[in-house]
Amino acid sequence: MSTLRDVVVTGIGLVSCAGEGVAAHLAALGAGAPARTDTESFAPYTVHPVAPLALDGQIPKKSDQRQMEPWQRLGVYAAGLALDSAGVKADADLKGRMHLVVACGGGERDTGVDGAILTGLREAADPGAYLNEHLLNDLRPTLFLAQLSNLLAGNIGIVHGVTGASRTFMGEEASGTDALRIAQARIASGQVDCMLVGGSYSAERPDVMVIHEMGGYLRARDFRPVFERGEPGEAGFILGSAAAFLVLEASEHATARGARALARLGPVASDLTRRRPGSTEASLSALWATTGLEAPDAVISAATGVQPVTVEEGAALARLAPGAAVTALGDVTGHTLETAAPLGAALAAALVSERGLGEVAITVVGHRRGEGVIRVMAA
Amino acid sequence: MTNRSLRDAKGRPLVAVTGLGIVTSLGQGQADNWAALTAGRSGIHAIKRFPTEGLRTRIAGTVDFLDTDPLVAPALSQRFAEEAAGEAIAQAGIGRPGDFPGALFIAVPPVEIEWPQRQALAEASGQNGPITYTDLQRAAASRRFDSWHDLFIFGTVADHIAERFGTKGSPISLSTACSSGATAIQLGVEAIRRGEVSAALCIGTDGSVNPESLIRFSLLSALSTQNDPPEGASKPFSKNRDGFVMGEGAGALVLEDADAARARGATILGYVLGCGEKGDGFHRTRSSPDGAPGIAAIRAALDDAGTAPDSIDTVNAHGTSTPENDKMEAMSCAAVFGDRIRTLPVSSNKSMIGHTLTAAGAVEAVISLLTLAHGRIPPTINYAVPDPAIPLDIVAQARDVPVRRVLSNSFGFGGQNTCLVLADEPA
Repeated sequence: MSTLRDVVVTGIGLVSCAGEGVAAHLAALGAGAPARTDTESFAPYTVHPVAPLALDGQIPKKSDQRQMEPWQRLGVYAAGLALDSAGVKADADLKGRMHLVVACGGGERDTGVDGAILTGLREAADPGAYLNEHLLNDLRPTLFLAQLSNLLAGNIGIVHGVTGASRTFMGEEASGTDALRIAQARIASGQVDCMLVGGSYSAERPDVMVIHEMGGYLRARDFRPVFERGEPGEAGFILGSAAAFLVLEASEHATARGARALARLGPVASDLTRRRPGSTEASLSALWATTGLEAPDAVISAATGVQPVTVEEGAALARLAPGAAVTALGDVTGHTLETAAPLGAALAAALVSERGLGEVAITVVGHRRGEGVIRVMAA
Repeated sequence: MTNRSLRDAKGRPLVAVTGLGIVTSLGQGQADNWAALTAGRSGIHAIKRFPTEGLRTRIAGTVDFLDTDPLVAPALSQRFAEEAAGEAIAQAGIGRPGDFPGALFIAVPPVEIEWPQRQALAEASGQNGPITYTDLQRAAASRRFDSWHDLFIFGTVADHIAERFGTKGSPISLSTACSSGATAIQLGVEAIRRGEVSAALCIGTDGSVNPESLIRFSLLSALSTQNDPPEGASKPFSKNRDGFVMGEGAGALVLEDADAARARGATILGYVLGCGEKGDGFHRTRSSPDGAPGIAAIRAALDDAGTAPDSIDTVNAHGTSTPENDKMEAMSCAAVFGDRIRTLPVSSNKSMIGHTLTAAGAVEAVISLLTLAHGRIPPTINYAVPDPAIPLDIVAQARDVPVRRVLSNSFGFGGQNTCLVLADEPA
């Protein structure tokens, strides 16, 4: 094995209900509740909608904006912020070598078309023929390209020219942790020098609420802090719209191009353990030790509010990081599924670079599966 | 035999293949697939799974001998993956049943609720007027459909495969569109080279031939509409090609650090010598007109393998049978291989099994390794009307030639280009 290289964060791009950029998000960290909460548009579900964005600032062509659905626009926008932050937006050569890992699910449905077809199917004499006819005639031909998971990465390539190569990881919360894990490992081992890593999630779509209502994971009540959802009837997550991207590179690569290292990203630890009482706490403890975390100045938790795993996570953190301030992302942005881990890592890097913290831990426990621990340190 | 470590040309751990598994419309397992592929048999047929009335394309390479209840894409994809992985692990003889000593990288099609489930929710909502998603949400809150949450989220297939085979760590579910299967292999190769794992289970699977998936590709004019006869529709590199035919299936490979494989006395089937990839920011569905990204991906794979174009004995083409892909792939190959492209055998398995989409890169890597083992290149069937603009040596009949190195190409929507160099012996 060759010597592993340090991996540093040189760019951060953030959008959520807290606004856009590092300053808006650091200001929102201590507020105790997300900056925007909408209890009406998707009642009985609460969502934390994304702050209004001037899309032209990162997606100049209207034709590109039109080709995307909201989850892609958020992601492309945040990716652009990260590239700006890293000072590489105009560096076509570097972007042509930059690799990309995106953690995401799929895109929005055309809810109007779906509703009309479901209504028509009820009376249709030949349901199969009816479905075929209406999908053929009523679906926008290019909607597919706004739904395919890997087309967020594709749009980042088209809009921003990041064309080293992209890979898209799927699988809810764990995919975000693993996107960071594999990006960090590839850079540390010398397989690649510079990567853009992140995720995007749009909560303002009723189709995802159907999915998460099935199984009872969605909280159909007003906001309540994530770690105060332990009582019967309080469990579950409130979805939030957000996107987060980080530019990661080998320390020597950043130095060579004169870039400021905002923070250092340690090896990311993740696992998939079979859930039973105590398994989440045990897994987090083991992963914590793997990352080398000792006494972080702060903890950012992607806890969902789903039980019993959130109560277990709280207990684990009280033991692993006594005295450290624990901030639940759900209390800042709402739950953002695949985006939670990159969002946590980006906020941690901002705390290190802007507030002078020495070490920040990020914990990611999926609502169904997967545990992860991420360690961000001063550069 | 020496005690020297098996390292590649760049001093990295060499990656051996010790197990293969395959499911396609032609059958289950290496033996059935190889017999059908080398006999030039087609697995494309009229779709029986759902009504095709009114559709421009009514054929596909569906896998009809395996099914699930409910019959939905993630469940079928999982079923195919289980069969292929089981075959690959049994051949490798690695670990113990349910205890695979390595990581899982699995390419799975993007997941969403399907129409029968939407209809069931609509019906359960009790709504008699116009249906909206509010009605579906209300039905979901009845708790009657709770088991569908896991069925329709993205991480479930990988979780089930991980549990069944006992892979270690957090499994990776990935998509790079039609190059996904090759990317799963590339991720495994990279993890072994980093020394993180000594074995990886790499799978590409796809069971998503359903009305909406087919119509989505149809609306993009990507599919062949030559429904009759079905087996004649997929004709890669032919002048009269008119689109791809959707296929289903799975490919699975057990990859191992060659040192570890040798130490446990495993039979090594071949090696993944190199992987190359390059993004294309030109357009969402079309390649850069100059072919530069495809060329760069092929060259990156050759460079990663530490080998020259002259060492490649055959190309297992992406060869979708769309006008665009086959033209661009031919141009890219010509740019890399120069004049030799006129005599370098090129073949597309998609002529027989259709485009297995998310699975294609893995399915075709398995077929490439069988090509190495047997010294026989499966044909590109339906190659009756050569395209004069594509001056390639298309293998129209199964051809017996010594094959030591195969280039396997995979290209996808969203600017995805991934290529693999597979070999019978180390470089």
